[in-house]
Amino acid sequence: MCGIISVIDRKKNPMDGTAIREALSIMDERGNGEGAGYAVYGAFPEFADYYAIHVFYDDLIGPKTAVEEELDKVGTVKHDEEIPTFEQPNLKKRHIPWRYFFKPNVTALGTTASEEDILVYLMKKVNTTIPGALIYSTGKNIAIFKAAGWPEDVADFYRIQDYEGYIWLSHNRYPTNTAGWWGGAHPFNLLDWSVVHNGEITSYGTNKRYLESFGYVCTMHTDTEVVAYLTDLLQRQHKLPEELAFKALTPPFWDEIDIMPEKEREFNTALRMTYSPAMMNGPFAIVVASSEGIAGITDRIKLRPLVAAEKGDRLYLSSEEAAIRVMEPAPDRIWMPRAGEPVIGRVY
Amino acid sequence: MKNSKTIDAKGMHYTPLNKEIRAAVKDGVTEIILNNINGQRFIGNGLRGEDVTIIVNGVPGGDLCMFMSGPTCIVHANAEHAPGNTLDRGKIFIHGTAGDAVAHSMRGGEVYVRDSIGYRGGIHMKEYKDKCPVLVVGEYTRAFLGEYMAGGILIVLGRGKDQPPVDERGVGTGIHGGELYIRGEVPDHLLGIGAEKKPFTEADREKIRPYIEKYCREFGVDEPELYIDEYVHIGPSSARPFAEKYCWE
Repeated sequence: MCGIISVIDRKKNPMDGTAIREALSIMDERGNGEGAGYAVYGAFPEFADYYAIHVFYDDLIGPKTAVEEELDKVGTVKHDEEIPTFEQPNLKKRHIPWRYFFKPNVTALGTTASEEDILVYLMKKVNTTIPGALIYSTGKNIAIFKAAGWPEDVADFYRIQDYEGYIWLSHNRYPTNTAGWWGGAHPFNLLDWSVVHNGEITSYGTNKRYLESFGYVCTMHTDTEVVAYLTDLLQRQHKLPEELAFKALTPPFWDEIDIMPEKEREFNTALRMTYSPAMMNGPFAIVVASSEGIAGITDRIKLRPLVAAEKGDRLYLSSEEAAIRVMEPAPDRIWMPRAGEPVIGRVY
Repeated sequence: MKNSKTIDAKGMHYTPLNKEIRAAVKDGVTEIILNNINGQRFIGNGLRGEDVTIIVNGVPGGDLCMFMSGPTCIVHANAEHAPGNTLDRGKIFIHGTAGDAVAHSMRGGEVYVRDSIGYRGGIHMKEYKDKCPVLVVGEYTRAFLGEYMAGGILIVLGRGKDQPPVDERGVGTGIHGGELYIRGEVPDHLLGIGAEKKPFTEADREKIRPYIEKYCREFGVDEPELYIDEYVHIGPSSARPFAEKYCWE
């Protein structure tokens, strides 16, 4: 059990973090105080062209020096700073969050590597070879705030009301299969993608092995990160349209495919067979964000809740209607999406 | 005369809220009005009392009136997951929609939802002797309706505009007791394991009539066709649909 709520303003009007803190906090019952987090898109307009690399350091001596050496090898740091935090009585500061605004040097890894490839390389290199350092976000103009604590404490710890953006994702964690820790708190980010997730990906082993065959490495000890990597693989690398990428992750059942008209049947059969190891099983509701919009989806037999609502330019996705009503007491429309069918809100 | 009490629940946690409700019932209050409800779970859980009405203004959190025995609860908003969970006696009227697992394991009493409900409506409803729970849904439902049903009556009125009463898989999967009555078409391939269609008789029509009347009265609906139209009657094909799955027999 976890709680999620996210919002997009499709006109890109900025929203500060005050309302989402309140909304997530009324779902405290869905968590246990061992993980909460927020993502905001459009957070760093002054550095919008730089990748905002977020790192948790255990100390600022060994790991920090080692990370900065790696950064210098493959690009340039425009600006870096300790992420401001404010002591909270119920939250123990176990790591020191730092952010770098970074420009990769595309020739650093040879001629075929893109800027994104360099970021993926960096994240893998740091998270697997430098103890005491964890890169947990690499997106442009995206800020991630997460820690082990209750939603309101994590929000106050980072003072998220001081940040503005046109997309907010938030998550309240109830860790079940792996321990609660800062790196295991949601949202999970890779490049432009951020993910929050309620439930379990029971196909984690299959998905992980599939992703590893494309060079991704899972380092967060939790199933959610495969969603971020699968999205990156299908949408950025394989260039599948968003709707199709989700269909590959939660395809129709075989007995439903059997009774489809021929053309549709052939297409769905091909999709299921091509992306069989990318299919996600288990109970889940997820919201995936990119700079282009947000999308929410549940597992195919709806074992976790998801409610959607619209008001003007804003689309809300949440585990509970009540949380949406904290942010928007009178939505134009409120509904429960069907299982396995994505609800997508794109910027205009 | 009604002995009424109003509670402003804005920002209130469900524990003190439920304590106030119980104290009011103990003091002989017969109408409790809860204003500014938003997301409080477990409202009225385990509450006992005759001639007690709780009016919920706002969206109540999950497991509304769980284990309740006796009172009536009227919600003027949508409800979240599992209202009427293991309800024992009493009534719930929801003037809106409800989430997944509505009337989960309900063992008595009545739940009325004006509009639609989510997945697994009426999962594991059960009955015993004179206790027969009833769930009435006004519009439509999602997959796994009446899953593992062991007893009770589940009625879907199919009032949804351009929406069939149910168009998703697993209707009555594992049903081994109780009845579903669905107004409109239910294609055979949507029936789950253990569920089968049965004749809809005049006796069936008489059986569901009082509950349709209560639905119409509460929600101000005047649609004579609800009494005249054919209903698809679905029940268990056997009392033990998964008997063959057990190897020691």
